[in-house]
Amino acid sequence: MTDFLNASLRQLSGALETKDISAVELASLFLDRIDRLNPELNAFITTNREATMEMARNADRRLASGSAGPLTGVPLAHKDIFCTRGWLTTAGSRMLSNFVSPYDAHVVEQLATAGMVTLGKLNMDEFAMGSSNETSYYGPVKNPWDVTRVPGGSSGGSAAAIAARLAPAATGTDTGGSIRQPAALCGLTGLKPTYGVVSRYGMVAFASSLDQAGPMAKSAEDCALLLDAMAGFDPRDSTSLERPKDDYIVGLDQPLTGLRIGLPQEFFGDGMDAGVREAVEAALAEYRRLGATTVDVRLPNSSLSVPAYYVIAPAEASSNLSRFDGVRYGHRAADYGDLNDMYCKSRAEGFGAEVQRRILIGTYVLSHGYYDAYYIQAQKIRRLIAADFAEAFKACDVIMGPTSPSVAFAFGAKSQDPIQMYLSDIYTISTNLAGLPGMSLPCGMATPDNDPSNQAMPVGLQIIGSWFGEAKMLNAAHQYQQVTDWHLRLPEGMK
Amino acid sequence: MSLSPEDIVRIARLARIELSETGRKTTREQLNGILGFIEQLQAVDTQGVAPMSHAVDVVQRLRPDLVSESDRRSDYQALAPEVEAGLYLVPKVIE
Repeated sequence: MTDFLNASLRQLSGALETKDISAVELASLFLDRIDRLNPELNAFITTNREATMEMARNADRRLASGSAGPLTGVPLAHKDIFCTRGWLTTAGSRMLSNFVSPYDAHVVEQLATAGMVTLGKLNMDEFAMGSSNETSYYGPVKNPWDVTRVPGGSSGGSAAAIAARLAPAATGTDTGGSIRQPAALCGLTGLKPTYGVVSRYGMVAFASSLDQAGPMAKSAEDCALLLDAMAGFDPRDSTSLERPKDDYIVGLDQPLTGLRIGLPQEFFGDGMDAGVREAVEAALAEYRRLGATTVDVRLPNSSLSVPAYYVIAPAEASSNLSRFDGVRYGHRAADYGDLNDMYCKSRAEGFGAEVQRRILIGTYVLSHGYYDAYYIQAQKIRRLIAADFAEAFKACDVIMGPTSPSVAFAFGAKSQDPIQMYLSDIYTISTNLAGLPGMSLPCGMATPDNDPSNQAMPVGLQIIGSWFGEAKMLNAAHQYQQVTDWHLRLPEGMK
Repeated sequence: MSLSPEDIVRIARLARIELSETGRKTTREQLNGILGFIEQLQAVDTQGVAPMSHAVDVVQRLRPDLVSESDRRSDYQALAPEVEAGLYLVPKVIE
């Protein structure tokens, strides 16, 4: 019998096709596990057994009638940033704690059309602003590898759910590392596509020029199948790209002979945990054995990526979040005086501390007299960062390095110091600024530098592709996963 | 460059977020920390560099001027804190 909890999406699809299990049975298996383990992990904000079972029954009908696709009947869960018709969609915020979405996000629609069964909505940092899941109004998500540590963020619920086998796959979003960093901290594979490849329609907006949705799962092959269903042109997102869809699956099995891997010296400097460095170096050695060559490249402006991001992202957030005024939907304060007072009180109550901080910073850098000095200057630096990548990709096919400078940190370790928290995305943010695709895949286990007696935690290898290089990244990740088993490891307590 | 207590009041007013007396103090400290961190951008020579406002260079797509949405007013208004006769209610703005 197949081990359904640990099976790949392809194996699940096969088992559904051969009637080893029905979509209803498979969904029940995961929902029962969610009921049992979620009270401790807090990965899900919402489940709805009735709605899930309805989707599963429809999938079983499609399977019986022979109209099923490769993902029909396979369960997944959505980050609670994706509008899901008839489901609570909170974005991790009190502001949207009563928001039952009247429509589906494009991504939700695409995956439902493919026949995937929604298990529930996943916890996240409030409005995707955070790297530890500690900013969620619904409480922090725990890392299944060590429940005293964070799962990463902002897609921390997605990562914890898959790591604990509460779902075989999940959607995530990545504005500065929010898919890749939690994937790294929880031992998963996650992919942020090139900006514009996946529609943002129905995705609660944080920073519109950086936000991108992508898949999170156990393996690169799973991510390829999911991305295939998620990607494609959508006229409802004005930044969705009109280009023929790439085939992410056909190239997975290509050998890596001749692949040129760029290693930016800026990603291998100080500030990285020794165990992270060791695991990444070992992965690079594995790639050389697979026939790839490594070449040194430079990204001279990459140290400016975090400060540039913390001008651009808050600026866009302050503008996007101005829509939450307590008039048409969302939280409205109970007591207020005039209209302005209603806005000010509703927003003060509805937004948590980190979201307020970013709105205020964004408001300041866009305000009269500071716009050129901060916002325009940051946009100029953004171009320098993108140009560095364009130059580097003349000498290599993909870039590799660590996803995160450390393994999962303890709750509270960075939550009182915003800048320390921001720096945990130091290797992932430049990719968003440049609009490039990026991935994280598990490449080892390491103890934290500041607590060597702690148990070993997962380490992520980051792969950055050139623009529209998703298929190449997935191929590189899949080949590595054919000769290693880091992606198959399961947290001890979750067996 | 450091924000004064008056700056905090002004920014919070622009952002329509009410801050308590103690909230203002913490916010000022934290915002000054973040502004100190992003200050390093000022030292970069960006003479002649065009600002990059978007991740991909594309022009705004146009669509045919046709009705594309169905009327779902009552679905949307069901989410509102307060509606009456199909209208969103807010405190009185004109005396």
